[in-house]
Amino acid sequence: MTEPEPAIVTRGLTRRFGSLTAVDHINLRIPRAHIYGFLGPNGSGKSTTIRMLCGLLTPSEGEAEVLGLQIPKEAEALKRKIGYMTQRFSLYEDLTTHENLEFISDIYCLPRPRRRERIAELLRRFQLEELSQQRAGTMSGGQRQRLALAAAILHQPELLFLDEPTSAVDPQSRRDFWEGLFELADQGTTVLVSTHYMDEAERCHGLAILNQGVVVADGSPSELEATIDAQVVEVQTRQASGARHALEGLPGVFSITQLGARLRVLVERDQPAPQEQIQQRLNAAHLEAEAQLAEPSLEDVFVAATQGRYREAPPGARASGPPGNGVTIP
Amino acid sequence: MSCFTRLFAVVRKELRQLGRDRLTFGMIAGIPLLQVMLFGYAINTDVRHLRAGVADQAGTELSRELAADAAASQVVTLTRKVDTPEGLLELLRRGEITVGIAIPPDFERRLQQSERPAAQLLLDGADPVVLGAARQLSQMTLRQDTAVVPKGGGPLFEVYNPYNPERRSAVHIVPGLIGVILTMTMAMFTAVAIVRERERGNLELLINTPVRNSELMVGKILPYIGIGLIQVTLILLLGHFLFRVPIMGAVGDIYLAALLFIAANLGLGLVISTLAQSQFQAMQMTFFFFLPSILLSGFMFPFDGMPLVAQHIATILPLTHFLRLIRGIMLRGAALGELLPEIQALAIFTAITLTLATLRFRKRLD
Repeated sequence: MTEPEPAIVTRGLTRRFGSLTAVDHINLRIPRAHIYGFLGPNGSGKSTTIRMLCGLLTPSEGEAEVLGLQIPKEAEALKRKIGYMTQRFSLYEDLTTHENLEFISDIYCLPRPRRRERIAELLRRFQLEELSQQRAGTMSGGQRQRLALAAAILHQPELLFLDEPTSAVDPQSRRDFWEGLFELADQGTTVLVSTHYMDEAERCHGLAILNQGVVVADGSPSELEATIDAQVVEVQTRQASGARHALEGLPGVFSITQLGARLRVLVERDQPAPQEQIQQRLNAAHLEAEAQLAEPSLEDVFVAATQGRYREAPPGARASGPPGNGVTIP
Repeated sequence: MSCFTRLFAVVRKELRQLGRDRLTFGMIAGIPLLQVMLFGYAINTDVRHLRAGVADQAGTELSRELAADAAASQVVTLTRKVDTPEGLLELLRRGEITVGIAIPPDFERRLQQSERPAAQLLLDGADPVVLGAARQLSQMTLRQDTAVVPKGGGPLFEVYNPYNPERRSAVHIVPGLIGVILTMTMAMFTAVAIVRERERGNLELLINTPVRNSELMVGKILPYIGIGLIQVTLILLLGHFLFRVPIMGAVGDIYLAALLFIAANLGLGLVISTLAQSQFQAMQMTFFFFLPSILLSGFMFPFDGMPLVAQHIATILPLTHFLRLIRGIMLRGAALGELLPEIQALAIFTAITLTLATLRFRKRLD
């Protein structure tokens, strides 16, 4: 069997709005039946990239091939094969669950008998049966989100785009939602999801961290954690703000994040014995604190990568690094 | 692949939403009802029963006859009697009367000498409509005794007014109202209906589906064509049975003309929808168009009396042409074929707006 064709390939995909470059020469290769995440802060180009891949925005430069179709040239043909869940709830609030699904199935021209079957199946699968006669506008965030996902996969798309799908949803609903995504991936659907939640990013098969329109790191979550270009020191202390103050400006330290009574300190990779240095500095400041080397988490990767401290991934995975901000290759 | 399911899906969805949008639903019937009632009952350019005072200083049989004739014309209703013209002026100033009839002591002698008017009308002429009414009075002659009619007097023209012999405003206004109401509602409904989808984010979902521009547009427009025809029917029924507005021409012609006019306004609504970013903006733009329509089209003031520039502007407005069409058909019994230039004008307007709208509406975000 030959290597299956990837769901999405982009080469130098770029989009400018006036003088602003929202997406800057992105190269992606997303395999089929994967859940692939775009992780990045607001305004990092996640939505713009998704919109280009759907054919909603014309790239200023570069090319994209989605499900073997050239974008944006063959965007209309692509529309039958993709599902798109917008960041904002975009079904009709003054229609009921059932009416919304009926409308979407007619838009995709599902034959009548098939339509009834499929809607019933989705109502069951997303626990919407009791809400089928309720207007979408009166439903909770989690319920609406289930409805939106049901509508997005109603025509059984090969590729599903989800633009920050869980921003208005409680944690339990988020968990259920992700269960649903894995089910879809198991059935062969490729899912491209943008998020700014670390726990969601961690669940993806593959991940691209975006910052200011640039892919600053990509790979699987474990790959990313293994290749972080920093050492992580965790400081346990009851005087967190004092400790933070003491450590600021210490050579090699480039990020300090407080997590309750802990500080995550990121130190440049070539800095020798970071744990000892930090402990010494804390002792010198007469702080009750204990520093220990820690395993990098995805959040550490995110912090490091968005500050330009991510080691070059395997060749070909990305074309251009961020503008020189102390990128070191050991 | 053409798929009628998609078109019908959009239509059905639109109807369902419309049924649930009580405000819009109420406006569909409410606007025509309110306007017909307002214009039919309240607004009357054919003025009658102006409050009048009389200062009869002659006190002869003939002078009393003059006052009685003036009252019989129904243009004025005599409400006050004073002794002097000064008394009349005071009443005018206080706003208690709008017309004063002053009959001098030498009234009968003046009647014999044609060089001087026999009596005087004192007017609150600030309102031109009142002036027009007074002109009617001044042309009045004393019929009772032909011998005392001023020499060389008598009207020069006999007025022949076959289409509205009773001079009732409703006859002139109700057909025009069909046009005014359609202008107001059709353009606004379509513009708002499409802008709403954009505002609420529905469009972002729709443009990611295989639905086509044409299906989306036609599907959204069709229900409003139906609504427009319902409004036309409502106004016709109210006008005909409540205000006895005649329908001289063919009813089919009325509906054909209305359909064409609806199309022109929907086209306009579509253009607005591609320009407006919010429902509020869409409404503002419709009103921007509505105001000149109502003022310049000939609905309020006769087209021929307007300055040339205003006439040129009016020629662009579809309402101007529709008014000529509908008044021609309803009041003069004209056939559509006799009003071809107006039909052409409306068709051109529709074609231009539809082209503009399709060019501007893109299934993309950029």
